[in-house]
Amino acid sequence: MSSLIKSSIARKVVMALSGLFLVLFLVLHVTINLTSVISPDTFNEWSHFMGYNGLVQYIMQPILIIGVIVHFVMGIVLELQNMQARTIKYTRYKGAANSPWVSRNMIITGLVVLAFLGLHFYDFWIHEMTYKYIEVHPEDPARYYTETVEKFAPIWRTVLYIISFGLLSLHLWHGFASSFQSMGLNNKYTPYIKSFTKAYALVVPLVFVFIAIYHHLNPITH
Amino acid sequence: MGILDSKIPSGPLAEKWTKHKNDIDLVNPANKRNIDIIIVGTGLAGGSAAASLAELGYNVKTFCYQDSPRRAHSIAAQGGINASKNYQGDGDSDYRLFYDTVKGGDYRSREANVYRLAEVSGNIIDQCVSQGVPFARDYGGLLDNRSFGGVLVSRTFYAKGQTGQQLLLGAYAAMNRQIHRGKIKSYTRHEMLDLVIVDGKARGIIARNLITGEIERHSAHAVVIASGGYGNLFFLSTYAMGANVMAAWRTHRRGAFFANPCFTQIHPTCIPVSGEHQSKLTLMSESLRNDGRIWVPKRSEDAKAIREGKLKPTQLKEEDRDYYLERRYPAFGNLVPRDVASRAAKERCDAGYGVNKTGEAVFLDFDAAIMRYGSEKALTSGLKNADNAHIRKLGEEIVEAKYGNLFQMYEKIVDENPYKTPMMIYPAVHYTMGGLWVDYNLQTTIPGCYAAGEANFSDHGANRLGASALMQGLADGYFVLPYTIGDYLAEDIRTGPIPTDSEEFNKAEKDVLDKINKLMSAKGSNSVDYYHKKLGKIMWNNCGMSRNAKGLKEAIQEIAALRKDFWENVKVPGEANTKNQELEKAGRVADFLEIGELFAMDALERNESCGGHFREEYQTPEGEALRDDKNFKFVSAWEYKGDPKDAKLHKENLIYENIELKTRSYK
Amino acid sequence: MKIYLKIWRQKDASTKGKIVDYTLDGIEGDMSFLEMLDILNEDLISKGEVPVEFDHDCREGICGTCSLQINGRPHGPDRLITACQLHMRSFNDGDTIVIEPFRAKAFPVIKDLIVDRNAFERIQQAGGFISVNTSGNTIDANTIPIRKENADKAFNAAACIGCGACVAACKNASAMLFTSAKVSQFALLPQGRIEAMERVQNMVRQMDLEGFGNCTNTGACEVECPKGISLENIARMNREYLSASLKG
Repeated sequence: MSSLIKSSIARKVVMALSGLFLVLFLVLHVTINLTSVISPDTFNEWSHFMGYNGLVQYIMQPILIIGVIVHFVMGIVLELQNMQARTIKYTRYKGAANSPWVSRNMIITGLVVLAFLGLHFYDFWIHEMTYKYIEVHPEDPARYYTETVEKFAPIWRTVLYIISFGLLSLHLWHGFASSFQSMGLNNKYTPYIKSFTKAYALVVPLVFVFIAIYHHLNPITH
Repeated sequence: MGILDSKIPSGPLAEKWTKHKNDIDLVNPANKRNIDIIIVGTGLAGGSAAASLAELGYNVKTFCYQDSPRRAHSIAAQGGINASKNYQGDGDSDYRLFYDTVKGGDYRSREANVYRLAEVSGNIIDQCVSQGVPFARDYGGLLDNRSFGGVLVSRTFYAKGQTGQQLLLGAYAAMNRQIHRGKIKSYTRHEMLDLVIVDGKARGIIARNLITGEIERHSAHAVVIASGGYGNLFFLSTYAMGANVMAAWRTHRRGAFFANPCFTQIHPTCIPVSGEHQSKLTLMSESLRNDGRIWVPKRSEDAKAIREGKLKPTQLKEEDRDYYLERRYPAFGNLVPRDVASRAAKERCDAGYGVNKTGEAVFLDFDAAIMRYGSEKALTSGLKNADNAHIRKLGEEIVEAKYGNLFQMYEKIVDENPYKTPMMIYPAVHYTMGGLWVDYNLQTTIPGCYAAGEANFSDHGANRLGASALMQGLADGYFVLPYTIGDYLAEDIRTGPIPTDSEEFNKAEKDVLDKINKLMSAKGSNSVDYYHKKLGKIMWNNCGMSRNAKGLKEAIQEIAALRKDFWENVKVPGEANTKNQELEKAGRVADFLEIGELFAMDALERNESCGGHFREEYQTPEGEALRDDKNFKFVSAWEYKGDPKDAKLHKENLIYENIELKTRSYK
Repeated sequence: MKIYLKIWRQKDASTKGKIVDYTLDGIEGDMSFLEMLDILNEDLISKGEVPVEFDHDCREGICGTCSLQINGRPHGPDRLITACQLHMRSFNDGDTIVIEPFRAKAFPVIKDLIVDRNAFERIQQAGGFISVNTSGNTIDANTIPIRKENADKAFNAAACIGCGACVAACKNASAMLFTSAKVSQFALLPQGRIEAMERVQNMVRQMDLEGFGNCTNTGACEVECPKGISLENIARMNREYLSASLKG
């Protein structure tokens, strides 16, 4: 077991598992967000549940935060190790001839997504924490929809949002399928898994983007 | 017997080896720990010997010039490995394998050695399978066999077209296990430059570290030379670029006799030379002759037109083609043994029927096979009215399944599609049957110095059959040396470590350094390759597929003159105390320039034609080889006496008690 | 045709290297890439310069010795071949060709284009074998039938020539394809199952110790492998490793 923690394969599996966990979380996230377009009441209801349910707040939220941290810390550790594995670089290196751009630049797409996450945390999580625990406002089950839609009012934020999800899509395009390979799954079902993961990598970010544009174009009129 | 005692055990042929194993001395396991063995060369013979001896408990040091034992040229063997398993139930037996090998060698090999080879052949397959060698299997999960030239049973085990690779990786894995245990110390990028003899026994080697240029002394209680053959003296061959005779030749210079140097195998199906720049020839597996038909145009004007590119081979009508092997040898047709097929190709090309721009190529045509397989496939698929194009397509698919990788390799090199236009092939130097003379125990004439695999002369006589080289290398390394070397080492259990500061080591190292200095200080103007190419031309023209007294005498003169010029005018750039590939080559070519002369002398001495050795003066009226058993049924073993021209010939008479000598006929 | 070469020259492991320009004329398409380098070297020798050293041996694509990074790709532009099988007809008159050694921290340069691949040796020594002694009395080769499919897959993995193109191509200089090929060959055969757990753990440990990078599944190794070793082998090794670690 101890060898497992130190080995390169184990580190890859950690990346794969944390990545898959985040992929699952995205499904939940996109589903809740989608309700904001369909039914603001449902959105408020679900958001309130997520914000005040003890299980969600004290168990799932920390796990999610740990998942995000593990994924990006490990990603950076791996990248640093990989850079050290070739100290003298090639004068000419034709990576494009043998591998897709996304697979070679997970660190770029990953860091952009991470930067976006910073903004996202600032916008929502910090806001929530302040609202609930610092300023100690009373519960207001109807505030979420308005707060969310208002965030998309400025064009810069919407554009940033779209770019980030574009890069998330690229990140998922390689990462989701790759996680199966890392965990040792490569067999006759692999082509189907690949199709599914690629569809996911396109559809989920697209839905997020759609929601962002929708709210940007349909601001709440006071 | 005189000076050459083959030490063949007495008793019936089939019991000799068992009896011998029971008679020889053993070394107890505790004592083996105090005994060192040096093995030079890590191909099938050296690698398997190293692993087996280390398993027994000896301390083994291996040396190879490559950067890994896995790159020894055994890796390039394509076809397969023979074994008398009789898995196909076609009546194979140890005796039949023995018989075919002796006959294939044109009755110039030692009965007892060949029988032992056949006897252990089955063990080799068992051993390799247990090591995880992925031989081809059938759908029932059992091992598959195919048949090879010159025999009537299916006894060849194979792993696609990469049998040598898989067997070598098996031996390499066995070596790695012992390296991991600390029982083998592997010296890669090292080259043996001399053998050290102390009190008449081989006790070590001088080696050069090819990275640092350092000259190192290594001592041992016994030395095994498993450094392969010397075919690279022809410059162009199917050998690896680095393959050389240095270890064997320097051992010869220290007193080991060199046997049958003129017995060389020229393989009929290689990709022809394309120009002066060529550095290396590529083999196309013998298996292609199962389906390919060999031909040249009937009329020399057609051949000329093809050479000049005015006529395409596919345009030539069936009746204008000369399927010369089928014409001359109706019984065996395109599947005659290698020596016969090679000579026939040369005969046609010399007569002006060659088909590539150099005039040295014949066609190997798969068109008939494609159409035949295609029609069969159409029938079995229920396609009654398939047109020619469809049949051809089906046929091409089948040929691709059988030989796809070879066709692809051909296309890469020649830039022609062999499905559409016939392949061009020509014979090339491929293997040397000659080598260090060894007795039944594989010991050379120097006590404590052994030779295994292609480096010795023992089992193939004057011509080697396909799929026999892998068998011999592994037999020597896995199943012969581990026994016979113990018999010798049993006397050495009290010797203790051999010191490397003795006078003998000093002297050997000095000789080596003098030689290197001489090479480095020759301030001439010609590169090493210049001499190597010149030597190759002399060898190919005078000592190649057919030889005559006049040409051989000329060759002897020319090689001696070339050698003299080499030492005066060669130019070796760089320094001796760094990595220096030119210096490495120079040392190897210096040895080729000596063995080349001995080769020609041996060919001149042997006034008969047998196997790969064809003397134009000795042929039947139909142009077939004419053997002279009365006067030449012997192994020629040459003793080094300074200059190659002074080498002294010793003869080991071959005794045939179990096989009746016959003329090989493939008509 | 005329070719412009940019070749990495480095005197020895401790000296700093650099790219040096050469020009060659009269190159023909039928020449192999290495024969083109032979011509360059003959030219250099005649001028009294030190020739370019490069590893090569069999020149027929099976020994795995040649190790040239040609125009940014291991073994050059063509697929499923080694550098020695590459021919000059793959280039055009006036082309510039950059030739570098395979680059990885675990493959230090020895001289010019020659690298030290002993890291591969040590990985093999750590477990790339089946522990069976030579006896001549091992069980008959046909005692254990092996499914043809598994035998074929084992063969395909065993076809690795150990050239290091996978490492050279990988942006992370990872040796996963190389290591997994051996692990897979034995994992697929009943003879190899006995030690499968120890083997995969020992080989992976050694691989990590050698300083190769981590696999990020870019697939470059599979594309550049002259023998077409499949990524499936890496997945199999991951699987074997995980199950061995969890069980062991």
